[in-house]
Amino acid sequence: MKRIITLTVNNRPGVLNRITNLFSKRNYNIESITVGHTEIEGVSRITCAVNVENDSIIEQITKQLNKQIDVLKVTDISEQAMVARELALIKVLSTPNTRSEINAIIEPFRASIVDIGKDSLVIQITGESDKIEAFIELIKPYGIKELARTGTTAFPRGTQRTKDSTRNISIV
Amino acid sequence: MLQETAFTDMKAESKQQLSGSELLLQALEREQVEVIFGYPGGAVLPIYDKIYDSKILHVLPRHEQGGIHAAEGYARITGKPGVVIVTSGPGATNIVTGLTDAMIDSLPLVVFTGQVATGVIGTDAFQEADILGITTPITKYNYQVRNIEEIPYIVKEAFYIASSGRPGPVLIDIPKDIATGLAEMPEDKEIELPGYQPTTKPNYLQIRKLTEAVSRAKKPVILAGAGILHADAAEELKVYAEQQRIPVVHTLLGLGGFPAEHKLFLGMGGMHGCYTANMALYETDLLINIGARFDDRLTGNLAHFAPYATVAHIDIDPAEIGKNVPTEIPVVADAKEALKQLIAQEGKPPAHEEWLQTLESWQQEYPYVYEKNNSQLKPQKVMEMLYEKTNGNAIVVTDVGQHQMWAAQYYKFSKANRWVTSGGLGTMGFGLPASIGASLADKNACVLAVLGDGGFQMSTQELAVIREFNLPIKIVILNNGSLGMVRQWQELFYEERYSHSKNPVQPSFVKLAEAYDIKGYVIQTEEEAEAVLSEVLNNREPVLLDFRIDPGENVYPMIAPGKGLNEMVGVKL
Repeated sequence: MKRIITLTVNNRPGVLNRITNLFSKRNYNIESITVGHTEIEGVSRITCAVNVENDSIIEQITKQLNKQIDVLKVTDISEQAMVARELALIKVLSTPNTRSEINAIIEPFRASIVDIGKDSLVIQITGESDKIEAFIELIKPYGIKELARTGTTAFPRGTQRTKDSTRNISIV
Repeated sequence: MLQETAFTDMKAESKQQLSGSELLLQALEREQVEVIFGYPGGAVLPIYDKIYDSKILHVLPRHEQGGIHAAEGYARITGKPGVVIVTSGPGATNIVTGLTDAMIDSLPLVVFTGQVATGVIGTDAFQEADILGITTPITKYNYQVRNIEEIPYIVKEAFYIASSGRPGPVLIDIPKDIATGLAEMPEDKEIELPGYQPTTKPNYLQIRKLTEAVSRAKKPVILAGAGILHADAAEELKVYAEQQRIPVVHTLLGLGGFPAEHKLFLGMGGMHGCYTANMALYETDLLINIGARFDDRLTGNLAHFAPYATVAHIDIDPAEIGKNVPTEIPVVADAKEALKQLIAQEGKPPAHEEWLQTLESWQQEYPYVYEKNNSQLKPQKVMEMLYEKTNGNAIVVTDVGQHQMWAAQYYKFSKANRWVTSGGLGTMGFGLPASIGASLADKNACVLAVLGDGGFQMSTQELAVIREFNLPIKIVILNNGSLGMVRQWQELFYEERYSHSKNPVQPSFVKLAEAYDIKGYVIQTEEEAEAVLSEVLNNREPVLLDFRIDPGENVYPMIAPGKGLNEMVGVKL
């Protein structure tokens, strides 16, 4: 099952190495990892998407990550309501004939064309990984020349629909 | 006194420029470092120039690996971080095994490595190695100093990280220009580590839950690991075990945490543990693990480990709880704090008379046994004699292999911190240098360095240090002319195909010792052993004893790989 873990870490040389090292040392597979600054200076956010067989492995991963001295906080947000986004750039073969077809696919996905070449165009798409997967499947028949995905970055939504709050409503 | 003066001087001339090396040495003095195990080289020359003037004892091992194992021995006996300084490149890579060993056995070390100058890092300069990259997975934390004025704070933080929480090795990489460059002494800064806040106080509800579980238990047992020793909790363990009358099993590394002659002590558990200890772990209905990490050499096949037990686990490292064995009562805490609270609960002791009787009958029925044979010297007999002749008061340091298991089985430790062995990593070559560190940690103690002929030859060069400091180390080589544990496994699991486990050519260990001006004896019989031991154990001189033991002797009992704790072989003769 796929889990999304977010970490806040001290932005210090070697910290990303320590995190990725831990995954390989403990034989965990990272599906994607993204890193970037946060609103606090000196603190970065890392989002890891991992595929694990069971809950005890994810528990171990979060505990091992938490143990790292530069890791400030680890949250497995898979169970929460979250905003998870990924960006992909796709270079697709296109002739004047197929261009409008491709355009028709792009629109419902709210993707956009960011570059047009003689025989290809570059599409930018953002969204949840599933959406990007689906889009890639649709665009594949036209011939993908190059593909770059950023991996998921995510955090929990501001308002969480908890079990408690639903219960409250039902009582009222 | 001297340190205080140095400190006031510094304050008076706060604008004085100090070199990185001076800042480093001052920081080490502030941490009250007594001994540095170090080996000089190009990148650490500026640091060594300051060591030349320092009051701190410097010990020069004859190989960097010997230096770090010595530091581990020192750390194991004192509980304080062992300090190592080595040069860049090969100096640094030679300590990689020691770091890994310290990491897995939770020993506090602060290791300084030289590095090429900042400007040439990354250019494959002479004696450059990416030691931060290499040591990331085998250190609790590592640093590369980028600014000279950071040195005092980094050293302070490194000592704190190494010795707090679950102890471990910390490495500080110092580029040569940082060691030579000048800076003002910075203001002292409080340690601030928001991402590192070890939980030492146990959760009260879990302590209640455990107390209630103990009251209900019919077959409780405590499994005590090295966490007891790291937390200085031997006394609390004894009080708690006696209060509740719970029998105690030790892991290999925990030995000494509970007095071996105590009536509640069942012995060591695990692959070569004793029958009663292993059967207690198998049959128990309440397993209280205090400071052990359920290593595979202890548990055997997990499917057959403690199948009937409710498992409680007290550990300072939350990641150890539930890692290998599902745990019903997790207690994240320092062992001493947790035991104090358990004692204070004064819970109703379990009604487990029958269990205690069963255990006692097993102990009578299945003690450690070996075949007594007059024609060959038995290693077990040697260990028994060593125990008797030192009254159990020696510090015992071992290498890795059969001799290590015999020492663990037959030397009965009555006190904590008298036992130094490489457990998790199983590092051959560890014993001799570790005995040097142990001896420097307790200068009055008789230190037995129990080694095999294989492991001894991995670090023979350290004999020079023993001579140089005239350390009272009794080197006991249980010489079977083979890599005994490998040979035993080949005998049992590889159809007696002894691939490269028998040493065809052995040097004369006695002559080798003599080359270092250390007296040596070859001992072939019990009578010779009796005579020589009586003589050499009564003085403070180093000595090498080459015991020619039965080359075919195996370590029993044994749990074969993949088997459960209840499937021991070699329990009876």
